[in-house]
Amino acid sequence: MATGATKPFGLFRNMSAKIAAIPMIFAAMVVFFGGTIWTVVYSFTDSKLLPRTNWVGFEQYERLWGTNRWLISIENLMIYGVCSLFFSLVIGFLLAALLDQKIRFENTFRTIFLYPFALSFIVTGLIWQWLLNPEFGIQSIIRDLGWTSFAFDPLYNQDIVIYGVLVAGLWQGTGLIMVLMLAGLRGIDQDIWKASRVDGIPSWKTYLFIVIPMMRPVFITTLVIIASGIVKVFDLVVAQTSGGPGIASEVPAKFVYDTMFLRQNLGQGFAASTMMLLAVLIVIIPWAYLEFGGKKRG
Amino acid sequence: MKTLASLLTATALTATSAQAVDLEVTHWWTSGGEAAAVAEFAKAFTEGTDNTWVDGAIAGGGGTARPVMISRITGGDPMGATQFNHGQQALELVEAGLMLDLTDVAEAEGWKDLVNPSSLLDSCTVDGRIYCVPVNIHSPQWIWLSNGAYEKVGLPVPTNWDEFVASGPALREAGIVPLAMGNQAWQSNLAFDAMAVAIAGPDAWVDVVSNKNVELARGDVYAKVFQAAADARSLREGSNVQDWNQATNMVITGEAGGQIMGDWAQGEFAVAEKVAGEDYTCLPGLGVNEVISTGGDAFYFPKNDDPAIEAAQKELASVMMSKAVQVAFNLKKGSLPVRGDVDLSAANDCMKKGLAILAAGNILPGLDQSLSPDAVGQIEDLMTEFWASESITAEDAQSRYADIIESAG
Repeated sequence: MATGATKPFGLFRNMSAKIAAIPMIFAAMVVFFGGTIWTVVYSFTDSKLLPRTNWVGFEQYERLWGTNRWLISIENLMIYGVCSLFFSLVIGFLLAALLDQKIRFENTFRTIFLYPFALSFIVTGLIWQWLLNPEFGIQSIIRDLGWTSFAFDPLYNQDIVIYGVLVAGLWQGTGLIMVLMLAGLRGIDQDIWKASRVDGIPSWKTYLFIVIPMMRPVFITTLVIIASGIVKVFDLVVAQTSGGPGIASEVPAKFVYDTMFLRQNLGQGFAASTMMLLAVLIVIIPWAYLEFGGKKRG
Repeated sequence: MKTLASLLTATALTATSAQAVDLEVTHWWTSGGEAAAVAEFAKAFTEGTDNTWVDGAIAGGGGTARPVMISRITGGDPMGATQFNHGQQALELVEAGLMLDLTDVAEAEGWKDLVNPSSLLDSCTVDGRIYCVPVNIHSPQWIWLSNGAYEKVGLPVPTNWDEFVASGPALREAGIVPLAMGNQAWQSNLAFDAMAVAIAGPDAWVDVVSNKNVELARGDVYAKVFQAAADARSLREGSNVQDWNQATNMVITGEAGGQIMGDWAQGEFAVAEKVAGEDYTCLPGLGVNEVISTGGDAFYFPKNDDPAIEAAQKELASVMMSKAVQVAFNLKKGSLPVRGDVDLSAANDCMKKGLAILAAGNILPGLDQSLSPDAVGQIEDLMTEFWASESITAEDAQSRYADIIESAG
């Protein structure tokens, strides 16, 4: 109301921009919100192959949280998520900082590090499946070199299989993080470096206490990119382990796909995807509130 | 009114049957023997009628293919015909009215009297109408043994499951993996099921999966099954392969003593030019209870607005059921025909064993005929977990199995 009174034609300002945004707004409302609400609503039904409105309350959720495979999927996602977030940021930043030392062949290194990102997760998964296969991968090469007792078969060990997936994910994704970080580092004014050099601050301290805080927007962008990649991790697992051995490397997205399309149980799949949405919201809402809500008031 | 309608369809049929139609058929038969078998259908349909078979093979097995097929049918882009397994996989599509009613073809050709065992046609029947053509019978309860491996350790080839288990340590000592098993979910489930039929007996098995007898599933009889499965877990140690045919290959080369796998495995032995009885031995029902369950494949015909396509669909249905095609197809596929009145003298030893059991009527319903894909999926999850890790005890697995049966009932 207050804005309406001070700017009477507020609605009509930047008219062309608003018209241009209509298709996007429409798509967002119908596809994202509409689809999401539809999914949540039907998660309270006993839909099997085809959606139907036979309400069963929280039955699907009760079954979901009593399903061992779902619990393992959640646990795997946690391990994968935390490690992937941490290592992507650390390795990505370290590589970027190293490339930022005005080294020779920077272009070459940048290309090498970024190249894995050009591969799909399916290809990445297959490459690492072969590399980690004890019969003809790393283990067999090392054994051929003479260390015959060397054992390294993470993909066949239930306890560590998820780390085998993690390694492949990091190999594929860290290059992009490095490039984003490098862009952020290049955006830092050279005068800041000069000033810190004049003051005699060691460069690791400059990075840690001056440069990194200044790169906050870059970090937030990378965080969002990494986080969204984590929640939807699916094809990597399908290609690399197909959830095995046993069900030790299952992830929630695969659970949703399998229940909805293979097991013909839409209701259960909807319940699982609603839980995924809820998990994302629990992380995003407080963060968005702190990030954007605070600023407006201040 | 009704007569008028049937008159109209009859005229539509005669008016359009001469029209040539390209009929797209989707299936997941892509391996060598399977592709050769499906080519028999294509040949008979394209040469025998005015229509053309357009092959829509989807690679990657049923698990990959079925979601594609279902989303095409529900998404309004139906193919001419599509494969599913006998049973409940397409049940909801039929109930939603998305499949063509084949009752008139079936009645005209007397499928009811031809199809043997009749349970196959029952799986195609919803509310008294027939919606699919069963094309073959595949039974999963077989164990395939490597004669070479037993020769190496100097033991006679086992004739039943107990002898096989007893021979395990000797094989292990000779560096042979006693039991080959791929790491995919359905294979673990198949092995468990075969053991359940062998150890608990066919009647108990049917009572559990069809009648959802939870008490039986929790009881002592099934406790024995789970104990045996837990013992078998150690026999399979060292078989790190994924696909079933890789596991079969371990038996062919003598790296493994045996494999529990369906009768489609004999296709692999045939390709490797091995002779049944000489190079390998097959024991239906694990040599304990000689039964076979009547799983297999069926073709469904999604509903179509175009009467010309509908006519072609019905022609294809009758081609698939015809005598000559049944023989040609099943010989290539290594499966048993759905008609009791065909001559299969060209069949090999293992197929003949299967035919004899079929003729004697020792048959069980297939797992997909008894349980929904949802319940089968839950059991598959349990079995993959159970076979892959020693951490789940037989008792745990049994109580979780019974829970699934209970919720499916």
